Amino acid sequence: MSRGLLRPLAGAGLALLALVYLVLLPVYFSHSPYILRVVSIASVLSVISLGVWLTFAIGRINIGQAAFALIGGYATAILSTRFGLSYWLCLPLSGILAALVGTVLGFGILRLRGVYFAMITLSLTEAVRLAFLNGGEFTGGASGIPIIPLPGELSLFGVVLMPSFQTVNTHLAFYYLAAALLIVTLAVVWRIGTSRLGWIFRSLQQNEDLATSIGIDIARYRVMAYAICCFFGGIGGSYFAVSQQSIYPNVFGVPDSIFFILYCFLGGLAYVAGPVVGTFILFIGFQILHPLQEYQQLIYAVLMIAIMLWLPNGLLSLRWHTRADRAELARLEGREARS
Amino acid sequence: MALIEVRELTKRFGGLVAVDHVSFDVEPGTIFTIIGPNGAGKSTLFKLITGFLRPSSGKVTFEGQEVTGLAAHAIARRGIVRTFQETTIFKEMTVLENVVVAHHLRGQASAFGFFIHSPQARRDEAGFRASAERIVDQLGLGTVKREVARNLPHGYLRGLGIALAMAANPKALLLDEPFSGMNNEETDRTVEMVRGIRARGTTVLLVEHDMRAVMRISDRILVLNFGKKIAEGEPKAIQEDEAVIEAYLGREDEELGI
Repeated sequence: MSRGLLRPLAGAGLALLALVYLVLLPVYFSHSPYILRVVSIASVLSVISLGVWLTFAIGRINIGQAAFALIGGYATAILSTRFGLSYWLCLPLSGILAALVGTVLGFGILRLRGVYFAMITLSLTEAVRLAFLNGGEFTGGASGIPIIPLPGELSLFGVVLMPSFQTVNTHLAFYYLAAALLIVTLAVVWRIGTSRLGWIFRSLQQNEDLATSIGIDIARYRVMAYAICCFFGGIGGSYFAVSQQSIYPNVFGVPDSIFFILYCFLGGLAYVAGPVVGTFILFIGFQILHPLQEYQQLIYAVLMIAIMLWLPNGLLSLRWHTRADRAELARLEGREARS
Repeated sequence: MALIEVRELTKRFGGLVAVDHVSFDVEPGTIFTIIGPNGAGKSTLFKLITGFLRPSSGKVTFEGQEVTGLAAHAIARRGIVRTFQETTIFKEMTVLENVVVAHHLRGQASAFGFFIHSPQARRDEAGFRASAERIVDQLGLGTVKREVARNLPHGYLRGLGIALAMAANPKALLLDEPFSGMNNEETDRTVEMVRGIRARGTTVLLVEHDMRAVMRISDRILVLNFGKKIAEGEPKAIQEDEAVIEAYLGREDEELGI
């Protein structure tokens, strides 16, 4: 297989994936709410994980994403139940609110690196959960905010862009909403990665002092990356709030923050698609193991350890070697051994 | 008017005075070298001038404007760019990518403009690419430009560090021990490189230990010892200065017979 075939083959593969994801799967399973829900949830968890991936891209280990998902969820809950805002406004607003909180916090905590940053973000997850727990009337305490309305109709100048979720197959509608969120997020993060902004983030990841000496305002760009990360966290949380039609403090906690990190690790930190692959495999894998009841966690944990031992760079670092590639590799290695 | 004016610059770390009321001028288009025994305060002085450390007292003026206490990236914006003692590069990028990234200061499009690939962003990118190729060739890195920086042979790393600084389009380039660890051939190449940089209009400020290189390349030399300036002048004069010789070799001690 020559290199010339590789590009179109990858393109065809991507097209096939899109076909399955957007057409075949939802149509075939349109009346199996369980399957639709599992894939929808995996999609939105991927969105949240992509945010965490972005903080990895500037060299920080972010174990606080659950906090921002929770903020997004509560923002949607409060804006829709207390202020009667349409979900189509709540969704972006929740993301923006989470990003704002992230910006304010970011200026302080992004100075820290390594374990210290990780510890602070871990505390953040708990702190936010407790804040919502003790928010009194405003946040509904331990039982949170129930009866969040389903997304209503979205129309512009009399043209209906989105039908009210009550009037259609709700599970299918949420499936497509989740898919849309994932595709847009993936496109945005991919675009950041290939643009100059991505190179600036890479310079932050590899050497902050050097970046400063060539004039990059590292504080500003760090916060920018973090704010974008929190935005996606908020968006994800907003989806969960509206799809479960309720939100309460324990929806997103420390275990979730850790899962987002794991999803990124499994897929591979070097690849934009990494968190998506990691999320789908781990989350759906977890669901598949469900019948095994008490062994589910055990097998899951063993899998995690195995992956960390044998695939530290994630699944996507495995390459599909053709026979020609393997022959070439052997030839080069033979030549090296002799020289 | 001097390009850089340093007046009574001082840095204290608790009880230790690392830089002690140092003053000097750097004229544009010259190579100015700072030498001194280990621990004399040379690198600290560099960090003070470039904003990586805040001075305890004193003033630094660049092109007539005070830059004391400004943030490091802001000073880089004004045109003072430094290299680092331990060769500092972006390890996971290729040589060319390294130099293109370093063009950040020359960009006119905003972050958002780069994200959406605006016309200004595209113009910037094309300009960066061309300039990076030019700098890479000027510094003799042409043959390795597609190599990942992590894999570069040691001799090229220093050149890359300088290329990164040059990409930021400095008016004053501050080189921190550029000749350290080099053999004769590499030293010669680097001397030519630095002379070329001066010829193209950039003022160079050096911290260095390699005396032969320093004497060959400098227009003016400043000698530091224990944070204080003990001599300043042209290479010939410095070589014969008693205070300098004493600082490096020590005083004769008749009791011990040295």
